[in-house]
Amino acid sequence: MQSEVMFAGFGGQGILLSAKILAYAAMKEGLEVAWVPSYGPEMRGGTAYCTVVVSDKLIGSPIIRHPMHLVAMNRPSLEKFAPMVKPNGVILINSSLISIDSGRDDVDEIKVSVNEIAGKAGSVRSANIVALSAFVARSKIVNFDILRECVKKEFAKKAKLIPLNMKAMDEGRDAALKN
Amino acid sequence: MKGNEAIGEAAIRAGCLNYFAYPITPQSEVAEYLSKRMPEAGGVFLQGESEVAVSYMIFGAAAAGARVFTTSSSPGISLMSEGISYIAGAQCPAVFVNIMRGGPGLGGILPSQADYLQATKGIGHGDFRLLVMAPASVQEAVEMVMEAFPLAEKYRNPVMILGDGLIGQMMEPVEFPENFSVEPSNKDEWATNGMDTRKSDQRNLVKSLFLDPEMLNSHNNVLREKYERMKREEIRFENYNTDSDYNVLLVSYGTMSRVCRTAIDQLKSEGFEVGMIRPLTLYPFPEKAVEDAASKESCTSVASIEMSMGQMVEDVERSVRGKKPVQWFGKCGGEVPTPEEVIEFIKSL
Repeated sequence: MQSEVMFAGFGGQGILLSAKILAYAAMKEGLEVAWVPSYGPEMRGGTAYCTVVVSDKLIGSPIIRHPMHLVAMNRPSLEKFAPMVKPNGVILINSSLISIDSGRDDVDEIKVSVNEIAGKAGSVRSANIVALSAFVARSKIVNFDILRECVKKEFAKKAKLIPLNMKAMDEGRDAALKN
Repeated sequence: MKGNEAIGEAAIRAGCLNYFAYPITPQSEVAEYLSKRMPEAGGVFLQGESEVAVSYMIFGAAAAGARVFTTSSSPGISLMSEGISYIAGAQCPAVFVNIMRGGPGLGGILPSQADYLQATKGIGHGDFRLLVMAPASVQEAVEMVMEAFPLAEKYRNPVMILGDGLIGQMMEPVEFPENFSVEPSNKDEWATNGMDTRKSDQRNLVKSLFLDPEMLNSHNNVLREKYERMKREEIRFENYNTDSDYNVLLVSYGTMSRVCRTAIDQLKSEGFEVGMIRPLTLYPFPEKAVEDAASKESCTSVASIEMSMGQMVEDVERSVRGKKPVQWFGKCGGEVPTPEEVIEFIKSL
């Protein structure tokens, strides 16, 4: 069974980092994983997207046009990628910055105001962690506790940020399950 | 690990402590990574003033018997080609990694396989070949980089790892092989590594200049024999779904072969059988494997699938020897054909 998650947003929203943490968590679960960034002539504040492919067998094409799931951190990303998501996937919409819906009735759409939640948890910079946690809680693509360990490991060198990010994780998960 | 970082780490694990390079997208992370790691490992990283300079830094270190490598991308490799010819002419071992981007000229920075002919046929002037290996995953890139050093020393010839931008940019889990031999074995016989450590009092001379025509001809014969030996001993490839009664045989390498694998799996579930030969060495090319696979009775056509405008297809045609029709399908410019596009092409055959 293979599934793919596309993370998309502005440069600077932590798109590549949240995708990397998910990739590590999947690897810890013993799954095959590929993290594929969109690299190109980009500018600061431009679009950034990244795909994580997770599978229980060897991954074929790492380039995915139709991902199973989408985490959209800004409106251009949602407009561009929502039509590509496979039926029955999860589309997470950052409702802090996106005022529209995905326009899909065959997916599990959840709206989470990740920027507000992150701000309340201590720093708006953890918005990507809120979104990642909400997405994982909803899609159950990896075990939430393993994800938590991977977030801790990511911030091991900046240990004072760990409590803030743990709070962001809890709030993100709760928001997704209430949704 | 990210492909580019894993390539840098693999070289260190293979005992290569000399890295000279000049940054270029999409492989600059190798230099970024090694600028930190090389000094930690007791090695040297020097950024040259140009790729031309880098190629001669490589020549110097290799002539002195040191394990040495560089990484670059298409336009940078073109600049190094002069030095590569000298290194091959002087029979020095060195490893070159080309993380290909689109061309010609400055082209683009996205993944491509447009340097196939350059790597396998004509990277520089004169009669020489590189041993060329093409990884399809970060793990395979690591293994090939580590194997490249002993192979370069075995043949006293440059080895090239030909990856595309995606191999450099993608992150995948990797395991580094252990118990790896790190000492070059035969350098006393040919390298200018200093008389104080050498057991015999033989004086070594490293050169690519042979003004006497007879001497140059016999030098060329020595080189030719090495390439013939590579054909006997180093050809590597992988079969995919070739146990089936396939109607179509694909030949594809690197990232493109992974897309083909997905396409083959999809077609199989629809009842179409497609086989694939994936060359791991592009030079020497697995001619016989392709010929044998194309000769299977059920096979009605052969296709070379590439991220280029049709380069490897020439080797595929040569290998098939006219026994079956050979087609090409591909895209350029950083556009990686999707499994759906490959499927559509196969169905059109």
